[in-house]
Amino acid sequence: MKSMKALLAATAALALMVGAAQAKTLVYCSEGSPEGFDPAPYTAGTTFDASSRPVYNRLVQFQKGSSEVEPGLAESWEVSEDGLEYTFHLRQGVKFHTTDWFTPTRDFNADDVLFSFERQWQEDHPWYAYSAGITWEYFNSMSMGDLLETIEKVDDYTVKFTLTRPEAPFIANMAMDFASIMSAEYAAQLEEAGTMDMLNQQPIGTGPFQFVNYQQDAVIRYASFDDYWGGVQPIDDLVFAITVDPAVRAQRLQAGECQIMPYPNPADIEMLRNDPNLTMMEQEGLNIGFLAYNTQQEPFDDPMVRKALNMAIDKQAIIEAVFDGAATPAVNPIPPTMWSYNEEIEDDPYDPEAARQMLADAGVENLSMKVWAMPVSRPYNPDARRMAELIQADFAEVGVSVEIVSMEWAEYLEQSSQVDRDGAVLLGWTGDNGDPDNFLAVLLGCDAVGNANRAQWCNEEFEALIQEAKTITDQEERAELYREAQVVFKREAPWATIAHSLVFMPMSNKVSGYVMDPKGTHAFDGVDIAE
Amino acid sequence: MVRFLLNRLLLIVPTFIGITIIAFAFVRVLPGDPVLLIAGERGVTPERYQALMSQFGYDRPIWIQYWDYLLGLFQGDFGTSISTKRPVINDFLTLFPATLELSLCATLFAVVIGVPAGVVAAVRRGSWLDQTIMGTALVGYSMPIFWLGLLLIILFSGILGWTPVSGRISLMYFIPSVTGFMTIDALLSGQDGAFLSALHHLVLPAITLGTIPLAVIARQTRSAMLEVLGDDYVRTARAKGLPPQRVIGIHALRNALIPVITTIGLQVGVMMAGAILTETIFSWPGIGKWMIDAISRRDYPVVQAGLLLIAVVVMVVNLIVDVLYGLINPRIRHR
Repeated sequence: MKSMKALLAATAALALMVGAAQAKTLVYCSEGSPEGFDPAPYTAGTTFDASSRPVYNRLVQFQKGSSEVEPGLAESWEVSEDGLEYTFHLRQGVKFHTTDWFTPTRDFNADDVLFSFERQWQEDHPWYAYSAGITWEYFNSMSMGDLLETIEKVDDYTVKFTLTRPEAPFIANMAMDFASIMSAEYAAQLEEAGTMDMLNQQPIGTGPFQFVNYQQDAVIRYASFDDYWGGVQPIDDLVFAITVDPAVRAQRLQAGECQIMPYPNPADIEMLRNDPNLTMMEQEGLNIGFLAYNTQQEPFDDPMVRKALNMAIDKQAIIEAVFDGAATPAVNPIPPTMWSYNEEIEDDPYDPEAARQMLADAGVENLSMKVWAMPVSRPYNPDARRMAELIQADFAEVGVSVEIVSMEWAEYLEQSSQVDRDGAVLLGWTGDNGDPDNFLAVLLGCDAVGNANRAQWCNEEFEALIQEAKTITDQEERAELYREAQVVFKREAPWATIAHSLVFMPMSNKVSGYVMDPKGTHAFDGVDIAE
Repeated sequence: MVRFLLNRLLLIVPTFIGITIIAFAFVRVLPGDPVLLIAGERGVTPERYQALMSQFGYDRPIWIQYWDYLLGLFQGDFGTSISTKRPVINDFLTLFPATLELSLCATLFAVVIGVPAGVVAAVRRGSWLDQTIMGTALVGYSMPIFWLGLLLIILFSGILGWTPVSGRISLMYFIPSVTGFMTIDALLSGQDGAFLSALHHLVLPAITLGTIPLAVIARQTRSAMLEVLGDDYVRTARAKGLPPQRVIGIHALRNALIPVITTIGLQVGVMMAGAILTETIFSWPGIGKWMIDAISRRDYPVVQAGLLLIAVVVMVVNLIVDVLYGLINPRIRHR
């Protein structure tokens, strides 16, 4: 017993000593395991939080807390008159991480940029299939393969991308996680050693934190990178403590085992708010939940009918019942945190009386329709079944009877995109690159009819505006066009816009400098923690 | 004994093939086209769809897929995860020791408490002690694991602050993996306090996972003991004037243990199911949590291989139990 006490005392003393000597550590209770540490093959936010955000940089980057783009590894860039050539001038003197497994002999340069993109693009590139089953999902889904004509190294610090068509959102794509810049020198070293897989397990980048180690499904450790071009970080160590269950994350946060966590349970939010040691940040997510009519079928081809139905929906009730209040009613097809959001547009009022009148005016009587409810829970719609039931009740008020249909998720996605689909579909979207084009063209453009455009809506006026906006590179001009497009959208009402869900981020009061990202990623550069 | 063993080993072959068929068929009857699920709300062009289907090999006839899968298995290739792009077997081998460590501790907890509790209940049959033990066992047996785990966390970690909330060891330590058993690795690392921290982190998950087996073992021990205590040879032993402890401890318990050991073996299957929930709650990096992640990501190769490997583990444990059974009970091996 005596020896036990002595041992305990020694341990405590040691802990104190270590604590005093120990550097500042921020522990983040993350929600899941990363799929790998090379961000380009993956699409999950959890993976990006652990790879591209701490370890890598991109040519351009999103300003903290916004969806606007600012210089990153490229100090500046020019776009040619015709919108086809993007010339990036690279930052000089940028260092790659030095670790036990890699010591860089040179600074970042154009070769690294070429390597980072060519490996995802050219099928005969040695890194195109460097690990079994690798696919470049985001590169492909952003149509980069079709968009790129050439990538040229003009000199060591200048790279020119030539596109096959003008595409203004290209610059936002360059800030996305798949566009992270890898070290070509590190890749060459791995290739020579025959251990190409390590690129995905022991990452080397130019980012604010360097990777230390990963205990699978348990803990990821990073250390502040002293030579980071963006300056030294206030904390010394960054630790991801992987904790899948949200209730347990909350317990860990309260017990001080971590200082910050994402995605609390809606049911725990009140408890966390009441904890005097914690602070709760919240923001609208970069998402939209909507009900898409099939605008090619009677009577939904009449904007008046769609408008009337929109006025019959009690959004506030939906937000209370489906989102536990953690959402804001959606007015436009893009969320308010996105640039070009049109503040002047007013939402259709909830007015069943007027709705009934409008339906009568449009000559619609005894309408019965289908409403499709998704079988899965998504951030933009946690419980589609419940939402569909509320809409069913709302529509009954105005004399429209609703049959709710649902099916397995893959089937749902497939069937709901068919042009001859019967009924209105509940669905939504979470943005990829913060560009309005990523909502308006992907979800409402004429090209997307029969695919992601679930309203099957192809409006000439709207299409002309978003197409023009694609070809202009000046952001203010583009924003003007998108604001106009939102006016057309609201007038024509191809969807009932339902809600943008709120995202919560509880953290210890000791944490300072954390900025919520509207795109939903979690980055810890610039974050400090009080002793 | 050798023949008995050989017989048992031969039985494994058809069982194994049966399991491969079930694991293979299971992920394919699950609704949902994996490629469409990966594409999500965005949708996928027909060309890209075809390319992905052929890359994953899902466009080939089903029997060819099965044949390739079987061939791969015999070469030790359990497939590649769609999400992590790593060979499934690597992940399994990395994570399995964590599950094994947790399961062993849970079993230890269940046996060390369950067997004596069952014996006491049997010996004091009908007393308030018996009633209490069996009542508690019933509650433990009926308690959903995720709920019990959360309750324990809230009480012992949240309110009392006695135990850590989750994880395998304090984040202060970094323990290089040698055996994959955190307690052993912590000892090997020689870092002060690491072993205690690892043990400390094991307490709540082991109790959570061990509670149901504990209840089952206690009940099984009690009824087996009651049966044996009524047998003629026990009466004879008592009549000979042997001390009661000796009658109960040696003569009765040894024979009562035979069905109890079978029960413990069967609990391994239950434990694997329980591990999925326990690991998820306690952020325990084992195969249970890994399977849950794979199912939610629709990572079919992982689900398929995970089912197979877990089934193999259960099979091996049952084999060991059968052999133990033979050792304890000579009548079986001579048959």
